Amino acid sequence: MTQELRAATTEPPSPELTGQTSALPSGRSFRQFLDKAGSYWTLGILLLIIVIMGLVAPTLFTKAAWLSTANYAVEFLILAVGQTFVIILGEIDISDGAILGFSALAGSVVMSGLLDHHAGGPLSTLVGILVMLGIGTLIGLVNGILRVWLKISSFIVTIAMMLAIGFGAVNLITSGASIDNLPNGVLDAGSDSLFGGWFPISVLVAIVVAIVFGLVLARTRFGLRVYMIGSNPLAARRAGINVDRYVVACFGLSGLLAGVAGYLVTANLTIATPIAGQNDEFYAITAVVIGGASLFGGRGGMIGTFIGTAVLAVLTTGLVLASVQTYWQYVVIGAVLIAAVGIDQVRARVSG
Amino acid sequence: MAPENHGADSRAPVLEARGITKRYGALTALRGVDLALYPGQVVGLVGDNGAGKSTLLNIMAGSLAATSGEMFVGGEHAHIRSPADARNYGIETVYQDLALGPDLSIWANLFIGRELLKPGPLRFIHWLDRKKMEAETARELHQTRIKVDSLRVPVNKLSGGQRQAVAVARAMAWGSRVLLLDEPTAALGVEQQDNVAKLVRSAASRDIAVVLVSHNLPQVHALCDRICVLFHGSLVAELRPLEVETIEIVSWITGARMRRGES
Repeated sequence: MTQELRAATTEPPSPELTGQTSALPSGRSFRQFLDKAGSYWTLGILLLIIVIMGLVAPTLFTKAAWLSTANYAVEFLILAVGQTFVIILGEIDISDGAILGFSALAGSVVMSGLLDHHAGGPLSTLVGILVMLGIGTLIGLVNGILRVWLKISSFIVTIAMMLAIGFGAVNLITSGASIDNLPNGVLDAGSDSLFGGWFPISVLVAIVVAIVFGLVLARTRFGLRVYMIGSNPLAARRAGINVDRYVVACFGLSGLLAGVAGYLVTANLTIATPIAGQNDEFYAITAVVIGGASLFGGRGGMIGTFIGTAVLAVLTTGLVLASVQTYWQYVVIGAVLIAAVGIDQVRARVSG
Repeated sequence: MAPENHGADSRAPVLEARGITKRYGALTALRGVDLALYPGQVVGLVGDNGAGKSTLLNIMAGSLAATSGEMFVGGEHAHIRSPADARNYGIETVYQDLALGPDLSIWANLFIGRELLKPGPLRFIHWLDRKKMEAETARELHQTRIKVDSLRVPVNKLSGGQRQAVAVARAMAWGSRVLLLDEPTAALGVEQQDNVAKLVRSAASRDIAVVLVSHNLPQVHALCDRICVLFHGSLVAELRPLEVETIEIVSWITGARMRRGES
């Protein structure tokens, strides 16, 4: 009996069902255009800003302006790379600027201490850098563990961490003092450059970091699963993904990169100060969001983050060159952020 | 008290649940349910809201833990404590919410958690083998007669029916022994419902045991080899569609008909 039933309902695949849709419904091509434009419109905005700023302040196209822009972008790009993973995951890291400042100062304390004990420049440099990266990673991991263990939202966890580390602990370790007794090896990363002086070491480090982690995000299993978790955490769990481990790993990565940025900032400034990195997280988050990421998770990418960072950096340099008052710069950046997200929302509504 | 037996099936059950009980505090969702699934057989699991259909399905899928009871896969005692465990036993599930990543492409949704990799530049880094996953996704969709414009579009650009089809295709692609479907046609139009029905039959023809939780009684009646009725957490009847009318199924579901000794 069941055989009869089966025979009646099971047919070989019919070709007309598997074939391509014949006629495109009207409006489809416009939607496709919007979808495609979605990947590139931030690049268009960047070019627009470069053109406008270049008209207002022609000195934007000089080597000095390029170096200023690039150096300015270094810390934001590196922080934004870590932040990209965290945001695509559907989380947020408010503490990465604080981690930058704290790990840089703590590493510098160790370095200058080693120098005082005649440990030698290279050894002090190496130990100092390892301390910065280690402390950064550690704080990031603590963020992640608190997030998944106590199930507190990452917004709260990392605000608490920012207050404790960025405003509290960082001022406790040196009683608010800066450290300028640093080994030459550290400072080289800030002063040396390649390609005829066009690419400072710190800029190259930032670009390499962005490329390496861009590949991790776009082409590895880890990256794909980050998107899946941000897109639908329950479905990710059902697919056998250990979501908690990914959350901890991404916060750890954000902390590690804050440590890297801390090192480069120290090298650039030739001094470690307790206020380094303060408020950087807002620029990092802004860059990631301008780059097309959604704070609800699941959307974003490293190319977008790179462009977003460039938008911020060019805008800032351009406004400085155009002699716009500092406070107006913040107003402009805030407006650009709203515009970027607003356009994205409208685009999503139209093409949705 | 055992459900009426309609003659022994010639083959051994691929999945057997024995004495499954699920309690939520004072509430008992399932009371000692026995259910055996046979290769190539489609079982319809029906019952009123709150009768325990989804609970039973989720326990078999590994996403809910039973309070007591045992599961056997291929006659062996099976420890199914997570969806991953269930999948390792060849049990795939299409959840009511579909469990898709809306921002991910179709191929990524098909392979998430089981990604294909290829060696990368360094020994410890592996890249996603996107080409291979896209090719296999295309083949799978072709087999399951699902048409989409591109495998690279994110799932949130698909229609409700296409999304459901992707979720079914994923389960079909991986479910080697058992396919659990929780309301697979709830969001579908008539034509698409028909498509899912065809998919279910084609899975059965590949000797996969299928469980179909559905409110759509005519569909269950037409599609299933066996219909199991849950009432207040108990399995009250196992019916052969060709031997009963839909109205009789309804009377079991509503409790108008009871097993002897209970009414």
